[in-house]
Amino acid sequence: MFNRKFLPLYVTCSLFSLLFLAGSVQFENFGTLRVFMNLFTDNAFLIITAVGMTFVILSGGIDLSVGSTIALSGVIISVLLQAGWHPLPAFAVVLVLGTVFGAVMGAIIHYYKLQPFIVTLAGMFFARGLSSVISEESVPIMHEFYDSAAMFAFELPGGAWLGSSTIIALLVVVLAIVLANFTRFGGRVYGLGGDAHSAALMGINIARTTISVYALSSFLAALAGIVFSFYTFSGYSLAAVGVELDAIAAVVIGGTLLTGGYGYVIGTLFGVLIMGVVQTYISFDGTLSSWWTKIVIGLLLFIFIALQRFLVRRRR
Amino acid sequence: MSYANLSPEVRRFIWPIAGLVLLLLVNVLISPEFFQLEVKDGRLYGSVIDVLNRAAPVALLAIGMTLVIATGGIDLSVGSVMAIAGAVSASLIVSGVDNIALIIGGGLLAGVAAGFVNGFLVGYFGIQPIVATLILMVAGRGIAQLINAGQIVTFHHDAFAFLGVGYFLGLPFPIVLVIITFVLVQLLMRRTALGLFVEGVGANASASHYIGINDKLIKLMVYCISGLCAAVAGMIAAADIGGSDANNAGLWLELDAILAVVIGGASLMGGRFSIFLSIIGALIIQTLTITIILSGVPPKFNLLIKAAAIIIILLLQSPEFHRQVARFRKRRGA
Repeated sequence: MFNRKFLPLYVTCSLFSLLFLAGSVQFENFGTLRVFMNLFTDNAFLIITAVGMTFVILSGGIDLSVGSTIALSGVIISVLLQAGWHPLPAFAVVLVLGTVFGAVMGAIIHYYKLQPFIVTLAGMFFARGLSSVISEESVPIMHEFYDSAAMFAFELPGGAWLGSSTIIALLVVVLAIVLANFTRFGGRVYGLGGDAHSAALMGINIARTTISVYALSSFLAALAGIVFSFYTFSGYSLAAVGVELDAIAAVVIGGTLLTGGYGYVIGTLFGVLIMGVVQTYISFDGTLSSWWTKIVIGLLLFIFIALQRFLVRRRR
Repeated sequence: MSYANLSPEVRRFIWPIAGLVLLLLVNVLISPEFFQLEVKDGRLYGSVIDVLNRAAPVALLAIGMTLVIATGGIDLSVGSVMAIAGAVSASLIVSGVDNIALIIGGGLLAGVAAGFVNGFLVGYFGIQPIVATLILMVAGRGIAQLINAGQIVTFHHDAFAFLGVGYFLGLPFPIVLVIITFVLVQLLMRRTALGLFVEGVGANASASHYIGINDKLIKLMVYCISGLCAAVAGMIAAADIGGSDANNAGLWLELDAILAVVIGGASLMGGRFSIFLSIIGALIIQTLTITIILSGVPPKFNLLIKAAAIIIILLLQSPEFHRQVARFRKRRGA
């Protein structure tokens, strides 16, 4: 059952398998469950962020503020914990604030007919600025709950671990797939990205959909900020710089069309994994320097964009 | 004569310039010696010169960015291109090239090559500008690091250092470079039909195509110019510190450059452009930074104030906002 509709998805998945296989053949200990699970552990926050970005891009927009939202939520959590809060209410505060932040950006984009690019750029400055106003220094997180949450993991065969960050990330992916492809909201997002004008004529509430999409993206970025603090045990205003670009790259490599209206959440997951494999490969090799990661990701971006172009032309 | 009677052309110019004048007035109020100029050894010194000098890289980027945005595009790669051009020049010097023309030529060539890639992807491949230039934004710093072999390459070359720290007719050389670039590009755009073509492509690419404008070539050209401007800015940055730092050269300057063009009143949708206003925009950004420092507000508020400034400017430009204000006034008047 070969479906043309899923072609970019097939390409992404096969590329991931190919890269992983290449690594396994070349290096001992590469093709293990442990390395595979580490791809998830190391990139859990990026997976969560990129899933949010997928919805934004599907709707025909872009969100440059996610990296600084991650930093802002980390800073807020660490400051609240220092003030004696328990992490759970702090998480709730951050998630609510994140959602409101995204909703405001969505509202500005929709009601004032401004480009998502420039509004979320202002959002990026705002979140980064606010976190440095709250604290310019890195604030350490010390709490028993954090130790147990970050260390929580199931042991898998072969010395691999299924940790809390991975569980959260996978849960987000599954819920996002359901949201995108099996709910009305998902249908509206695809419709809006496909053709905003027709979508409006069909009776889709453009305002609500746009605002929800950006609220969702910022909510997930705030969640990613929580997961990110599991690694760093601190909140720092300069953390996660440039994550928005990684997220966009992952979405593109995952086969989502940047003009909106076409793409799959699962593709984004593989997009992140591909970037992770490239990084792992380079660290296994040892002689290649880390800047090759950037070049390879740039090349992959180019290939996938060219592929998209080709597919869109063929369809017409 | 009221505001409503002014021609649209004048109205377009009034806001950015009024903004700059206002900021300068605030600066004078806070620090009366702001406009003081001193001449030492035939060189001008003073806060104003300092603002101009520091604004030079962003102003250069903004010149190229204005043309790109006028065609309805955007160039995210300029910061990375700065890093590449700096790295190329630095590696040429370190490898023993002494001819200043070769060193500068190498940097410029790198800029044009980068611009060519961007322009080709946008013009001939028909890829969205944000995405096409994102590729070089991500990969560009990697390429620059590759050229530098992962090091911060430092060098000593008097003629090249002149680009960053030299003085010409009493002015710091970066300012002179901005003026030269501005005059050249302005002549190219306004003394030939090119400027009209650029605006035509931005206003409606397919209509321009049908009236015989080679819209693809125009797009290719504006990205090449943007790459060139970025290369000059990158070489200034490298000459200024006497080294090439692939990680930090021009970091986030693409955002400042876009901001400068937007403050200058250009629409991100393309069409009309004014390079002069974009340079005013770059000056506003730099003056704002100085104002924040002078007024004693801790520098950590910098980004917040910038974010507020962007939103206010965007709202002022939005027709929807004007309508809301008009409705509000009517309601109060009735």
